[in-house]
Amino acid sequence: MKKSLTPLVFVALLAGLPLIMKDNYYLHLMILFLMWVVIGSAWNLIAGYTGQVSFGDAAFFGCGAYTAGLLATHLGVSTWWGLALGGFTAIAVGLPFGWICFRMRGAYFALATLALNEVLRHGATIAEDFTGGMVGILIMPSFMSKIPYYYIALALAVASLASLQWVVRSKPGYYFVSIREDQDAAESLGVNTHLYKMLSLAYAAFWTGMAGALYMNYMGFIDPNVVFSLHDISIMAILVGIVGGVGTVYGPAVGAFVMVAVQELFRSGFFGLFKWLGAVSGSASLVKVAEVLTQAHVLGFGLLVVVVILVLPNGIVGDWPKIRKRVFRLDAGA
Amino acid sequence: MAYFQIDKLVKYFGGLAAVDGVSFEVGQGEIFGLIGPNGSGKTTTFNMISGYHRPTSGRVLFQGREIHQLPTHKICHLGIGRTFQVVKPLGRMTVLDNVIAAAYSRTSSHHKAKEEALKVIDFCGLMPVKDVLAKALPIAGRKRLEITRAMATRPELLLLDETAAGLNPSELVEAIDLIRKIRANGTTIVIIEHIMHVIMTISDRIHAINFGQTIAEGTPSEVAANQAVIEAYLGTDYA
Amino acid sequence: MDVFLQTLVAGILKGGLYALIGIGMTLIMGVMGIINLAHGQLMMLAMYVTYILNTMGVDPYFSLFVAMPLLFLLGVAIQKFLLNPLIKADTILPENQVLMTVGIGMVLTEVVRFIFSSDYKYITTTYSNQTFFLGNISFSMALVIAFWIAIAFTVAMFFFLVKTDLGRSIRATAQDKDAATLMGVNTGRITVITFGLGSGLVAAAGCLLAPVYYIFPDLGGPFTAKAFIITILGGLGSTVGAIFGGVTLGLAESMGATYFGMEYEDIIGLTIFVLVLLFLPGGFKRLTKI
Repeated sequence: MKKSLTPLVFVALLAGLPLIMKDNYYLHLMILFLMWVVIGSAWNLIAGYTGQVSFGDAAFFGCGAYTAGLLATHLGVSTWWGLALGGFTAIAVGLPFGWICFRMRGAYFALATLALNEVLRHGATIAEDFTGGMVGILIMPSFMSKIPYYYIALALAVASLASLQWVVRSKPGYYFVSIREDQDAAESLGVNTHLYKMLSLAYAAFWTGMAGALYMNYMGFIDPNVVFSLHDISIMAILVGIVGGVGTVYGPAVGAFVMVAVQELFRSGFFGLFKWLGAVSGSASLVKVAEVLTQAHVLGFGLLVVVVILVLPNGIVGDWPKIRKRVFRLDAGA
Repeated sequence: MAYFQIDKLVKYFGGLAAVDGVSFEVGQGEIFGLIGPNGSGKTTTFNMISGYHRPTSGRVLFQGREIHQLPTHKICHLGIGRTFQVVKPLGRMTVLDNVIAAAYSRTSSHHKAKEEALKVIDFCGLMPVKDVLAKALPIAGRKRLEITRAMATRPELLLLDETAAGLNPSELVEAIDLIRKIRANGTTIVIIEHIMHVIMTISDRIHAINFGQTIAEGTPSEVAANQAVIEAYLGTDYA
Repeated sequence: MDVFLQTLVAGILKGGLYALIGIGMTLIMGVMGIINLAHGQLMMLAMYVTYILNTMGVDPYFSLFVAMPLLFLLGVAIQKFLLNPLIKADTILPENQVLMTVGIGMVLTEVVRFIFSSDYKYITTTYSNQTFFLGNISFSMALVIAFWIAIAFTVAMFFFLVKTDLGRSIRATAQDKDAATLMGVNTGRITVITFGLGSGLVAAAGCLLAPVYYIFPDLGGPFTAKAFIITILGGLGSTVGAIFGGVTLGLAESMGATYFGMEYEDIIGLTIFVLVLLFLPGGFKRLTKI
């Protein structure tokens, strides 16, 4: 009983947050966090639960974002329709994507998803007449305040986690994990592995596409390098998943929080710490360090990948017993 | 019309014929044994029956229906279950979850699947370990889990691939008992086995192959006395 | 007709270099089953080494003798400290080894960017812009030299794998690690050496490419992609396949650039990749028997 109340408590806290926290800066970070909860959980289903590691989730994100954007530029319709349709266009792209990629297993599948991600990115750049190419799509945001976006993001995050929770306990959930554990054994038990792999991909595509559509509405500007980005979207999704813990329902939520914090840490040069230190001590090199840090978030991501895989391969949630043991040992020693 | 039959099955891998024209018929309720030295083509035959390999030529018929072109999961739904020679536990799931996953082949309700799973686990004697992770089981437990899982798909025909290998004498006795219990429950069994004691004791009839071809078929005592069989296992000096 | 021949020549010459890039990767992938998504980044490192040496007056072709051993050692270190530990890790995380190489690639790129900034760097040598003519077709001197050196390395690799003890140990480990261990092969050392070897080879490609290409931190990604395409095209572990794959990619890019336009270069490679994965899963190796 206690276990199932904690998430509800968190949701209540999050729902009440804008009432206490008025600062737009933090609201922005929270919106990003919620968006990554959605994307990370989606990746988690296909990679953590079904065992098919996708390096190409940006493809779905970009589809959702462009659906929203193109509705505005080509049909003159509000980009909010993108939220309704973005998930479905992502599925429509995801199905042939999956049909091609699932013919391969393991690392080849991963590579194929990466290749297709890049094909879409180049495609969106080249198809200038349709997508606006490198110029991208710019829209007028619907709301001046961040609060409505926050609640929409919250609703999306809660919906995606609730649906994940439901799926994991159902027949498809069992089938997904059996595919991950041993695909041949799963087949012999009557699992149509091809169908279920496609289903898990469709699920991931849907939610990631929705997140993309939200992004278009919230940020107001997209271009192929932003929304189809390998490092900033696909790899970030993977990091959110592995830092938090693959194969657990709430792992990616933890991962999203950590990753958004890390990303912001770098972007702001450790929240302006080094800049301040530099100003206070008069040291030019400290200021330089601050400048460098703002550009170094990709380096940070790279190092994080290496460290997490070596030390905490099951993520914070998955390896929590390991973390607790280490902390206990420290406590006992002191 | 035989209950189950394979008709002149052939499988080539590259230039090598792993199975070269094997045919046999199995009657309903039989325990039918398949023996042969290592590499004689037994597991390849099973793989063709359960859809992992397409035969190069030949047919597989179950209750009069041709099944050799069907995908594996459909064959399972038609009522043919199998175990693997090298066991394939769903390692990070508990024994119970392994069997629930199998039971889902016959129902979509979690409640019913769990109920069925518990019944089958009880039938196969795995109750004491139902909440243990599959990868933590010793080899005897894993082999039994293979059988339990297959049973949860309610097979009418069960293919057992070397379920006795690696078991100690008391585990062997238990395995034989379980197999007999499964047949008494109404399932037809085709069993590949290396351990002569096991297969000679429980089979109604035995089919012996070597180098992908049939060398003998008959009752256990007939096959044990057969020249070609003795030659295949022990060499020409003993024939 | 001349345009066609020119494109053909450009493609084949480029292809020789690509083959050298591909061999390193096909060795690592075919022999050890490791997918190295940092391959292009290793080459990028070698190119920067060449650049540094060039500012000190060293000719790129001599840099081969410095960059290759350096990258060999780096490869050995990566395999030993970062990849080997993963083999034993018990984790739900699938493909953690691929992810690790992604992380390594990112770190390499960003560290280089930190030291050298994102500016494009150039190496000019006396022969960088030299061409000679056969009929109406121009041949870039630098590319021709690179082509022949690449072929030399490829042939040397082939003989190494077939005729030497170490080479045979590597192939044995590729076919069956456990059997190789039982026969006295120190497979732990072999995997480490193979990764080093693959890195050294791609370093050679980098040195050869440096005089005719521009050098910048982000070139790792596209070249890793090319290395894959070549490896998949040629078939894992096949040196001859790498040659076929390299030349095919070189030709396809060349033709694409001439007849469709420069911006199609990358997408052609990617499309070939997907097509090959779909229709020719074993690569060229399947078609021949080498």
